[in-house]
This record gives sequence, structure tokens and C-alpha cells, in this order.
Amino acid sequence: MDSQQPLRILIADDTDSDRLILESIVRREGHVPVSVADGRQAVEAFLEQRPDLVLMDALMPVMDGFEAAELIKARAGDELVPIIFLTSLSDTESLVRCLEAGGDDFISKPYNRVILQAKIKAFMRMRDMHRVVQQQRDQISLHNRQLLQEQEVAKKVFDNIAHTGCLDAPNVKYRLSPLAIFNGDVIVAAIRPSGSMMVLLGDFTGHGLPAAVGAMPLANCFYGMVKKGFAMVDILREINQKLKQTLPLGVFCCATMVELNFNSHRARIWNGGLPDCVLYRQRDGSLQPFRSSHLPLGILDDSAFKDDCLHVDMALGDKIYLWSDGIIEARNKSGEMFGEERLLEIFREANDGEAIFHRILDAVDTYCGGERNDDLSLIELTMTEQASVVSPREEPREHRYSGLQEWALSLRLEPSTLRLFDPLPLLLSILVEVPGLSSYSGRLYTLLAELYTNALEHGVLQLDSSLKGTSAGFAEYYRQRQQRLAELAAGHVDIRLRHKLLGNGGELTIIVEDSGPGFDYLQLRPLCPGADQFSGRGLGLIRQLSHAVEYRGNGSEVEVVFQWDAND
Amino acid sequence: MAIQASLSTDCDELIIAIDGRFDFSSHQDFRSSYESLKVRPARYRVDLEGTTYLDSSALGMLLLLRDHAGGSSARIEIVNCNPEVRKILNISNFEQLFEIT
Repeated sequence: MDSQQPLRILIADDTDSDRLILESIVRREGHVPVSVADGRQAVEAFLEQRPDLVLMDALMPVMDGFEAAELIKARAGDELVPIIFLTSLSDTESLVRCLEAGGDDFISKPYNRVILQAKIKAFMRMRDMHRVVQQQRDQISLHNRQLLQEQEVAKKVFDNIAHTGCLDAPNVKYRLSPLAIFNGDVIVAAIRPSGSMMVLLGDFTGHGLPAAVGAMPLANCFYGMVKKGFAMVDILREINQKLKQTLPLGVFCCATMVELNFNSHRARIWNGGLPDCVLYRQRDGSLQPFRSSHLPLGILDDSAFKDDCLHVDMALGDKIYLWSDGIIEARNKSGEMFGEERLLEIFREANDGEAIFHRILDAVDTYCGGERNDDLSLIELTMTEQASVVSPREEPREHRYSGLQEWALSLRLEPSTLRLFDPLPLLLSILVEVPGLSSYSGRLYTLLAELYTNALEHGVLQLDSSLKGTSAGFAEYYRQRQQRLAELAAGHVDIRLRHKLLGNGGELTIIVEDSGPGFDYLQLRPLCPGADQFSGRGLGLIRQLSHAVEYRGNGSEVEVVFQWDAND
Repeated sequence: MAIQASLSTDCDELIIAIDGRFDFSSHQDFRSSYESLKVRPARYRVDLEGTTYLDSSALGMLLLLRDHAGGSSARIEIVNCNPEVRKILNISNFEQLFEIT
């Protein structure tokens, strides 16, 4: 409130002359006096008139100033209504009692006009300040309520995305703070169509909303791709690229990803920026750490990103532990960190793997003085038999993949297309729509490229590959190729692809047929793989990369079979 | 101040020294230590001798500096790390992005 504005000042004094003096001081300062003669009247006047300040005589009939002050303070609530006691008492005890009853100050009779004026001003300043603080407090608490509401909504959205996985599988134990998303920690887990389990623990830079934002694309990517059967390296690359594209510079995600294969009892581990994760062997209690050997996700461009994983054989009952730095950095009352050494000690002392998970949590909680530590993420993954982890919700086998499954296509390329168009990217883009097959895209590209080149150059264009025997001939070969292609009026290449499911993977059949006169493929048979790179029609390479190669008819049709397994 | 920046006499190198905790609270100071410069130094040296602790937001800030200094062509040296700080840099494999000595 502006101190220039006239204030309403309640004067409670049973002495008429004192009241008159006070009224005149108050009026002269430009304020409005409200006068009463005892405590009870003072309380009533306070309730009716809501004065800005009270001048209260201590000793009055009916109700004394102390009692009246207490009642007024109680009814004023949050509002600051300064009460200045007017008193002829001067013993310490009485003055203390004034303040204890809720008085803010006292002034002794006889009144010193100047001091009283100064005190009124001082209290008005205090009252103004109090109002500002209260307004700000209300605003902060409003904002805080809004923030909590927003976090609640964000958490719901996140839970819906993140908890569609298999974190409830019997071989998984985990602890994640209830508001972990705002600590930047995220755990996602899902089963691939092939039956192996993928788990990722991530720790985003920073706290609060910025840390939470990245968890959404990460979880989306992870679940989308694991379900479709993509390989671990593809998923890591995709997440890395998506985070790199969407997050501001300087925000990234330290992460460890683990794939457990329950058929081969092997695990694949990629650690970028998280503390060592460890493998605990049930047999002898030994520990094998897996050090972070990569940059965190979301820092490097795809071309620089490294996806090499560590492979490890496990026995049934062996366990892998992942944690974020929350455990290591948990602090006790004197501010010391829990540290890696204490953590590893728990493993060394354990004689039963089953107890380790809870021992770690207990140890950290005890260390932090019994308080639940909310910034702590821990996962335990146990190698087990396949049958025990497949969740009952899993879809029937025929629908195990979304995306292309069993299909066939036929594509005929006519001269105008052959002249200008490279069909390989188109074909490859179709093949990678087969979940699981995308990890073989490099091999498939080579296969298709060899087959197509043969069909076009030797079949349709009838170029003689023996030309390529010398470097001069090599140049000549390509000159002829260009010329014949430009002049090409008739001819075609047929490409037929057929894919069917097989075991944990599938079988792709590629048939390439050209309009050319064919060739004596029987002569090529004895060639060993890798022989004569220049003119073997790439057959050695094709044989190496595929499971069966067969030429048909006059040699203008070739069928190649490529089998793949999602567990490879 | 926890962060002190000084240019070498030939204006070729900016030395940024961080004292105490290197975490989000240093964000403003760290950024302005190189963004406020009128010259563009060829090299940067981040001196962590007095740094007691470094968290992931500090790693983020180092990435911001790297980007400011030209990304993959940036020449940034991180020196005098204590073992704890060094460990955090190692876990994150930041030696792939910075010269850490």
C-alpha cells in the first residue's frame, strides 16, 4: 500500500485525554482515527472497520489490551496488522508481555509525538513489505501447483509410453524413482519377436523438464523398433540420431543397452557414458565389469557413431546389473558419496545372487540415513530359460512382426528406365521394411548390385567381360557401356523378390532375368570364390553372400536364395 | 568468481579455469567466458585444476564450447583434472571429442 494514502488507525485507550492526544497526532499525519475505550470495543471495531494499525493501551477495563491484542491477531489471519502498545508500565516483564500477546512494539507514556509518528511510518513500511511478500508467496504457490499438475500429466504420458514393455518380466528387477522422468532417468525393456529381451537404462543431462523431454522420443523409438525386430545396433543408431536431431546441443543421454538371448544364453552390451555395469556369475560369485566405451547417445552424427557391442556368454542364473550414477553419488549426512567401492563390496560379500538387488538398495538407503533416495536407478537382469520370460500378452506367431512379412514382387525395367534409373535404392528400401532384414542391408545391397549389373551389362547390353582384363580394356568397357545404354532401344531386366518366414528369421529369393541371349553358365561352375575379380560375373561374391545360386535356362535367369536369422 | 577466463598475450588461446563445482550453476558464467570475447581464439584450454566436481550438465557445457569453437575442428584441451573428474570424463568417453591431459 502506498504510504501516502490515509490510513485507518484504531486507538484503544480508556483515558479520554490520552485518546484526544493520539487522535490529534494521527489526524495531523493525515490518517483517520477510530477511537474506542476498552479491549472488547477494540476487537469489535477491528472486525467492523479493518484498521491498518492499532494503538492499544495495555490496561483497560472490561478487556485489557493483552487479551484484545491476542484476539485481533488471531482474527487478522495472514494479514499483518501492527499493534503498538501504549503503556505507562515500564518493568521488563510487562513490556515482554506486550510483545508476547502479539504486540509488535510499545511506546511509553507520556507520548513523544515525533517517535510515535516515526513508528507509524515504520510499521506502514513493514506492512507494505508484508503484502508484497504475501502476493509473491501466493504467486509462487500457484505456479508450484501448476507445475506439479503439469508434471503429473507429463508423467502419465510418459508412463503410457514407457511401461508398455516387459519390465514386469520375472527375470527383471528394477527400481526407478517415481519422478525419475524429471531426474532424467529412463528404463525401457521389451521382447523382440525372436524372443530376446532388450533393456535400456538412460540418464539424460540435467534435471526437470529438459531432461524429461528426451525420454519421449527415446522410448518411442525403442519400443517401435524392438517390436518390429530391428537389431540392437539399428535401434541404438536410430535413438542416437533422433536425440541428436531433436535435443538442444549439450543435452544428451548416457545409456547402457543390453540384449539377452535366452536361446544361446548370450548377452550383448553397449555402454555409452554410464558407470560400469557388471555381470555377476552365480557359479563362483565373480564379477565382470563392462566399461563405458562409447560417447553418450545424442552427441555424435550417425556417421561418427560407434555401435560395436560387447558379447558375453552367460549361464542360467547369472545376472547383469545396470545403474546410473545416482547410487554412486548418493551422499550421507556429511556429504560423502556412497562410491563404487562400497557398491562392489556388496557383490563380493554376497553368497547368494538373489539377495544382491535388495542389499544394494538397503545399503544405499542406510548410508543416506534411512531416507529413501529418490535419485537412484538400478536394474537386475537374470539369464533364464526363454519360456519363463515370454509374456502371455505376446501376439500369436503369425503376427509377430508388423511390417512386411511374406510377400512377393515383380519389377520389369524397360530401356527408358534402364538408361537413367538405379533400381537398387528402391529395392533396398522395400527390403528394409522387413523387420530384422534391415541388419543385412549391406549384404543384400551387394547381392542385388552384382545380379543387376550382370543382367544389365552382360545380358541386355551384351558387353564382354573379358575386356576388363586390362586397364585399357576396362576403360573401353565402360565407354561401350555408356554408348550402348544411350542407344538402347529394346530389352528389359526382370527382378522378382519373394520373402517367407523361416524359423526366427526368413528366406528371401531373388530372381533376376534379362532379355539377353544368356551364357554358358556351366563353364563358370569350377571357379572358386574370389577368383578373377574382374570377370567372374561376381559369382564368387554372390556365392559367398547367399545360401544358394542357380542359373536357369540359357543362363539369362538366375535365382539366389538368402536366408537370415534374427538371432544372428 | 568460480570461473576465470584469460586470453593468452597473442590472443591465440583462451584459458578457462573453473574453481569448485562445475555444474549447472556455472552455466551462465561458463558460456559468457567465451561468448563475450571479441576475438576468436584458435585454441581453448579448460583448466580443471580447481574443479572438485563435474556433473553431466558440465559435460553438456563442454559440448556447447566445442560447438562454439567449430565442432569437429575445434581445438580444445582439458587439463589438470583430478582423478574423480577424470573418471567422469572417461566414463563419458569425452577423450574422443577433447584432448584431455
